[in-house]
Amino acid sequence: MAPQKPTTGEARTASPAAGGRQVWRRLLARRAARTAGLVIVLLTLIAVAAPLLSALEGQDPTSYHNDLLDSAAGGVPTGTLGGVSAEHWLGVEPGTGRDVFSRLVHGAQISLLVAVGATFVQVTIGVLLGLAAALGSRLLDQLIGNTTEVMLALPSLVFAISLMAVVPSDFPRPLLLTLVIGLLGWAGTSRVVRAQTLSLRQLDYVAAARLGGASRWRIARRELLPSLAAPVITYAMVLLPTNVISEAGLSFLGVGVKPPTSSWGQMLSGATTWFRADPMYVLLPSALLFATVLAFTVLGDAVRTELDPRAASRLRVGTADDTAAGTTGPATERTAEEASA
Amino acid sequence: MTRFLLRKALGMLGVLLALSLVIYAVFYIAPGDPAQLACGEKCSPAQVLQVRERLGLDAPVYLQYAHFLQGLVAGRDFSAGTGLLHCPAPCLGVSYRSGEQVTDMITARLPVTASLALGAMVLWLVLGVGTGLLSALRRGRLSERLLTGLTLAGSSVPVFVIGLVLLIVLCAQLQWLPFPSYVPLTEDPQQWFWGLLLPWVSLALIESAKYARLTRASMLEILADDHIRTFRAYGVSERQLVTRHALRGALTPVIALTAIDLGTMFGSAVLTETLFGLPGLGKLLVTSVGLIDLPTVVGLVLVTGFFVVLANVIADVLYAVTDRRVVLT
Repeated sequence: MAPQKPTTGEARTASPAAGGRQVWRRLLARRAARTAGLVIVLLTLIAVAAPLLSALEGQDPTSYHNDLLDSAAGGVPTGTLGGVSAEHWLGVEPGTGRDVFSRLVHGAQISLLVAVGATFVQVTIGVLLGLAAALGSRLLDQLIGNTTEVMLALPSLVFAISLMAVVPSDFPRPLLLTLVIGLLGWAGTSRVVRAQTLSLRQLDYVAAARLGGASRWRIARRELLPSLAAPVITYAMVLLPTNVISEAGLSFLGVGVKPPTSSWGQMLSGATTWFRADPMYVLLPSALLFATVLAFTVLGDAVRTELDPRAASRLRVGTADDTAAGTTGPATERTAEEASA
Repeated sequence: MTRFLLRKALGMLGVLLALSLVIYAVFYIAPGDPAQLACGEKCSPAQVLQVRERLGLDAPVYLQYAHFLQGLVAGRDFSAGTGLLHCPAPCLGVSYRSGEQVTDMITARLPVTASLALGAMVLWLVLGVGTGLLSALRRGRLSERLLTGLTLAGSSVPVFVIGLVLLIVLCAQLQWLPFPSYVPLTEDPQQWFWGLLLPWVSLALIESAKYARLTRASMLEILADDHIRTFRAYGVSERQLVTRHALRGALTPVIALTAIDLGTMFGSAVLTETLFGLPGLGKLLVTSVGLIDLPTVVGLVLVTGFFVVLANVIADVLYAVTDRRVVLT
C-alpha cells in the first residue's frame, strides 16, 4: 500500500493494512471523534454544495439588496434578527444587503479549501526538507536546519500580513492565502520528520535494505516514508485547525480574501462596525468558525492518541503541549529535539 | 553559562539578520514606488525624483540595505528639506508617510502592547495555574475531562471571535464593562485597568486552559516522583510537600511556556488591537502595511522577531535556573 498524503481528516497509515483499518475502527469507536468527523463531513458537504444551497434559497452571495436596509439607521437591515425572512433565511449583510446565508455557505468553501490546501503545502515541504536534511550531506542538513530556525523565529502572522499586502491584488486571493500560510508554516513538520528519520535510520530493517543495495531514494520512499506516515498525519491534524484560524485572522484584518468573495473571517472584518446594531450578523460566522476549528481539533486529538500512543502519554505528563499553541513555534521545537536525542 | 549565553546571542543576531534580509527583499520587489508614495499623489516627476534622492532610494538595493544596517548600529542622517535629520543609534529609518522616525513610532506604541501582553499574562497565569493545581490536588475523572474539554475549546476560538462575543455580551448588552480603550498607566491607573480589562480577559480565556492542563500534568508527574515519595515516607506533611518541594519543579515548564508565549503574543496582539481599536504595535502594523510604508513594516517585523528570539533564550535560561537537572551547553 502506497503512502498517502494526509489531505483529509481520514486517517490511514501506510504501515500494514490491518494497522490502518484498526486505527480507523478505533477512531470510530470514540464518541467525540465520531461527532467531530460528522461535523467535518457536514461542513464539507455544505462547502461543496454551496452554489446549490444558494440556488435553493433563491439568492446569490454577491447581489446587493438596498431596499432591505434602513438607510436612516446607517444601513442596518430592516426586520428582526438582521432581516430574517422567507427570502433571506439568515438575514442580509448590513451596509450592502447581500444575503447572509449564501455568503456563509460560500465562505465555508474558502475556509476549508485554504486550510486544507495550506496544510498540504506545509506537510509536503516539511516532509521533503526533513527527509533531505536527515539523509543528505552534513552541509545540506545544516543549511536546512538554519533555515528552519529562521522560519521558527519568524513572527508568522506579522510576516503573513506583510506578504499579503505586497502581492498585487489581481493575484487570486484564496490561492495566495494558501501559499502564504503554507510557505510560512512548514518548519515544525520538517523538524519532526528529520528527527523521526534519523531514529528510523538506525533500525535494522533500514540497514538491511542498504546492505541489499537499495539507493537512497528507494530507501526514503519504500522504507522510511511508510513509517513516517503516522507522525506526519498526526502533525497535519494539529496544523489543520491552526490554518483555519490563520485564514480567518488574515481575512478579518482585511488582507485575506476581499469582497465580493466571502469567507467567515472576511465577514467578521465588518464586525467592529456592526456588532451593536446587528449582533446576529457577527455571531453567525463566529459560531461556524468555532464549530469548524473545534471539530478539527477534537478529531486531531483523537487521531494523535490512536496513532501515536507514546506522544499522547508524553503529552499527558506534559513536557510540551503543541496542540494548543496558536503558532507552531518553539513548543514543537522542543518536542522534536527530545525525539532526536 | 556565559558561553551558552554568548553562543545564543550570536545565534540570535544571525537569525535577526536573516529576518531583516528576507523582509527587505520581499518589500523591494513590492509593486508601487516608495518615493511616489512618500511624496503624495499630486507630486510632479521632478519632486518625486527629489524625494527619491533624499530618502536614499536611488541607490541600488544592497546599498540601501547596508545603509539600513549602518543606521541600526551607528545611526544615520537624512537630509530633510532645509537641514539634516539625525536618526540616533538603533535607527530603523524614517516613515515614508509621516516622516517620523520609526524607532520613535515603535517606542511610542510599545507601552500599549506591553500593557496588553503583561496584563493578560498575569490573568492567564492566575487562572490557569490556579485551576491546574486545584485539579491536580483534588484528582478526579470529572476535573480531568472538564479541563481537557476546556483546553480544546480554548484553543479552538480565535481571539477575535471570543473578543467579539464578550464585547457584545458584556459591553453592549449587559453594559457591565466599559468599551475598551487605552489610557496610559501613568495618567490614570484606574481607567487604564478598566479600559484593558476586556482585552485581557479575551486573551487570558484562550491561554489559561492550556496552562491549567500543563500545570496539572506536571504537578501530577512530580508528585509521583521518587524524591517526593521519599519525603512523604519521612513524614513531611502533604501541605509542605506541595508548597516546599513539588511546586518548584511543577512550575518549571509553566515558566518556560510563559516566556515563549509572551514572545509570540504579538501575533494575537495584532488581532486584539485591531478588534478593540487599541493604538499599539499591532494596529501600527496593519495601518503601515495598508500604506506600504516599508521602513515601519521592516522595523516592526524586526522588533517582533527580536522578542520571539529573546523569549526563546529566556525560556532556556529559566529552565536551567528552576530545574537543576538541565545543563546548558
